[in-house]
Amino acid sequence: MLEIKNLHVKLADEDKAILKGVDLTVEPGKVHAIMGPNGSGKSTMSYVLSGRDGYEVTAGSATLDGQDLLELEAEERAAAGLFLAFQYPVEIPGVGNMTFLRTALNAQRKARGEEELSAADFLKLVRAKAKALKMDAEMLKRPVNVGFSGGEKKRNEILQMAMLEPKMCILDETDSGLDVDAMKLVSEGVNALRDEGRSFLVITHYQRLLDHIKPDVVHIMANGRMIKTGGPELALEVEQNGYADILAEVA
Amino acid sequence: MALPQVKLDATEARLAGMGLPDGGAWISEARQEALARVQSMGLPARRDEYWKYTRPDALVQAEALPAPVMEITDTPIFDEMERVKIVFVDGVFDPEASDDLSLEGVQIERLADAGAKDIHWAKELYGVLEANGQSPVERPLAALNSAYASDGLVIHVTGKAPKPISLVYLRQSDQADAMLHHVIKVESGAELTLLENGPAAARFSTVMEADIAMGGALHHIRAQGRDHERRAVTHIFARLATESVFKSFTLSVNGVLSRNEAVLELTGDDAIAHVAGAAVGDGDFHHDDTVFVTHDAVNCESRQVFKKVLRNGATGVFQGKILVKEGAQKTDGYQISQALLLDGDSQFLVKPELEIYADDVACSHGSTSGAIDDTALFYLRSRGVPEGPATDLLTLAFLAEALEEIEDDDITEEIRQRLENWLMRHRG
Repeated sequence: MLEIKNLHVKLADEDKAILKGVDLTVEPGKVHAIMGPNGSGKSTMSYVLSGRDGYEVTAGSATLDGQDLLELEAEERAAAGLFLAFQYPVEIPGVGNMTFLRTALNAQRKARGEEELSAADFLKLVRAKAKALKMDAEMLKRPVNVGFSGGEKKRNEILQMAMLEPKMCILDETDSGLDVDAMKLVSEGVNALRDEGRSFLVITHYQRLLDHIKPDVVHIMANGRMIKTGGPELALEVEQNGYADILAEVA
Repeated sequence: MALPQVKLDATEARLAGMGLPDGGAWISEARQEALARVQSMGLPARRDEYWKYTRPDALVQAEALPAPVMEITDTPIFDEMERVKIVFVDGVFDPEASDDLSLEGVQIERLADAGAKDIHWAKELYGVLEANGQSPVERPLAALNSAYASDGLVIHVTGKAPKPISLVYLRQSDQADAMLHHVIKVESGAELTLLENGPAAARFSTVMEADIAMGGALHHIRAQGRDHERRAVTHIFARLATESVFKSFTLSVNGVLSRNEAVLELTGDDAIAHVAGAAVGDGDFHHDDTVFVTHDAVNCESRQVFKKVLRNGATGVFQGKILVKEGAQKTDGYQISQALLLDGDSQFLVKPELEIYADDVACSHGSTSGAIDDTALFYLRSRGVPEGPATDLLTLAFLAEALEEIEDDDITEEIRQRLENWLMRHRG
C-alpha cells in the first residue's frame, strides 16, 4: 500500500533537515502507529505525504500502490486515495460543511472518471455517516469547523474520511484535544472504516488511543527516522518507560 | 473661494456644449440651481482630496470615451423574477420594451412627464437631497446630473408593492453618454424593492434620490456590468425618517471605472440604513465605493459592508465615513471594507473614517487586504479539490459576508452564481 524509502526532507526556506531517511511499509488492511518524542518529524512526514508546500524532498521516494506520491499535486494524492486527518483541522468561514464535503467528494469522483453524486444521494449518504458520528444537521450546515469544539473538529475529520473512503488514512494526533468520550466516538468511527483494502497510519503521543484503535505494528520515530519497530507491546513500553530507554538503546 | 483656473476651464469646457433639458417651471428652476452648484463647486479634478484614489478625468471630460458593446449570451440577472420591467436603452426610456408603468401601491412616472406638470411632489426632492448631500463633501458630478439628466423615473410608493420594479439599462451605441435621475418617495409604512442592472452606456451617470417616511422601507439591489470598457458614476442620496429602512446592495463585475457614492442621512429615530457591495475585477478594473452616513437621530443603525476581489493589477477603492452628530445617542454604526488580492499586482486603497459628536454610541470600523489563506487552500486540496475550484470556493466565502446583506435568498443565490461564473471565467 504505502511504501516510503529512505525519505529525506528539509524545509524549503531554510537549510534544516527534518526527515533523515525514513523507511516505512504499510501493508493493505493494516494499522501502523507512529510514536515519538516532540520534534521527531512525525507531523512533517504526514504533511510531506499529503503534499503541503514548504518542504523539499532531497532524497528517497514515497509511493501509494506503486504510484509516485511525491510527483502529484495535493488534490491528485487525495483522488489517488490518500487522506490526512489534520492535527489542527482548519476553519473555513463562509464555506458550509455540506458544500465542502460535496465539492470534495465530487472533485475526487471526477478525477477518477466516476460520475458525480446527485444532491439527493449525497444528502442521504452524509446524513447516515454523520449520524454514526453523532453529528447533527446543525453541524453539517455550519461553516467548516467554525465554532466547533476540539472534539467536533476531530469528528468532522472522521466524517470526511468516511465520506471520501480513502485507502490510505493518516491520522495526525487525532487524539489531541479529545476527552475520553470523544476519543471513543472518534475511534469507533475509525474502526468502522477498517477494512482489508484500507490501511491506517496513526500518529500519536499516547498509548490511550491505541487501546481503542488497535495497531498491528508500532514504530518509534526520533530525529527524522524510524528507530524501532515492533508489535503493540512497544506502545505499552513507551507508555511505561518513556522514550529514554529506546533512544539509549539505539544510540 | 474662487476656483482654480484649471478647474474653471475644465468645468466650462464640459458645460460648453450642453443645454439644460426642457421642462416645466419647477424642474427648470431645480436644474438652474443645480447648474449654479456645478459652476460654484467646479467639476472634480485629480488634486481634489475626495478624488485622490480615482481619476475623475474620463467622467469630467466633454466627450465620453467610446466603449464597445459586449456580446453577452447568458440570461440577464433578475430576468426570471416576477417584476415590473422598465427598460432604458443608451439612457433613454424604451416604452416598447418595458412593461406598463403600473404597480399596485406605486405610481411610476417618467421624469419628463413629472417635470412638465405645474405642481408635483417631486419638487420637494428633485435636486434637493442631492443639494443637501453637497455638504460637508462636495459631489459636483451629482449636481451635474441634476442639471442635465433628462430621463429617469419618479416613483411614489404609497403601499406595499407586491413585486419589485426592475430597471434594465441596455446599450446599443459604443458612444452613448447617458444620465438618468430617479426620485423615489416612500410614504409612511410603504415598501418597495428596486432592482437595477445592465451595462447602461459607455459613460453613465445616475442619481437616485430617495426619501423614506416613517416606517417605510426601500430595498435596492443593483448589478453593474459586465461590459468592461464602460465608465460609471452613481449617486444614491437617501433620507430616512423614524423607523424607516433603506438597504442597498451592489454587485460589480468588470468595468474600467466605477465610482459608486452613497450618501445616507438618518434623520428619524430607530432608522436602519445598510449599504453593501461585492466587486470582482481583473486587469484595468477600477472600482470605487464612496459612502457617507450621517446619524442625526437616536438609536439608529447603519452598516457598510464592502468586499472586493482584485486580480491581475485591478484597483479597489473604499472611502467610507460615519458621522455621528451631537445628540445621535445609541447609534450603532458598523463599517467593514476588505479586499482579497489574488496576486501581488492588485491594490486596495481605503480611507475609513469615523467622526463622532455623541458620547453614547457603538461604532466600529475595520479594513483589511490580504491573500487567499494558504492553510485553508491546502486543507481543501488535501480533500481532493483542485487549486482553481478551491480558490474560487475560498473567494466566494470571502464575499459571503457582503452577500448576506441581501434579504431575498433567491437573489442572493443568483448573485452568488454570477460571481462563481465570473471566477471560473477569470481563473488564473
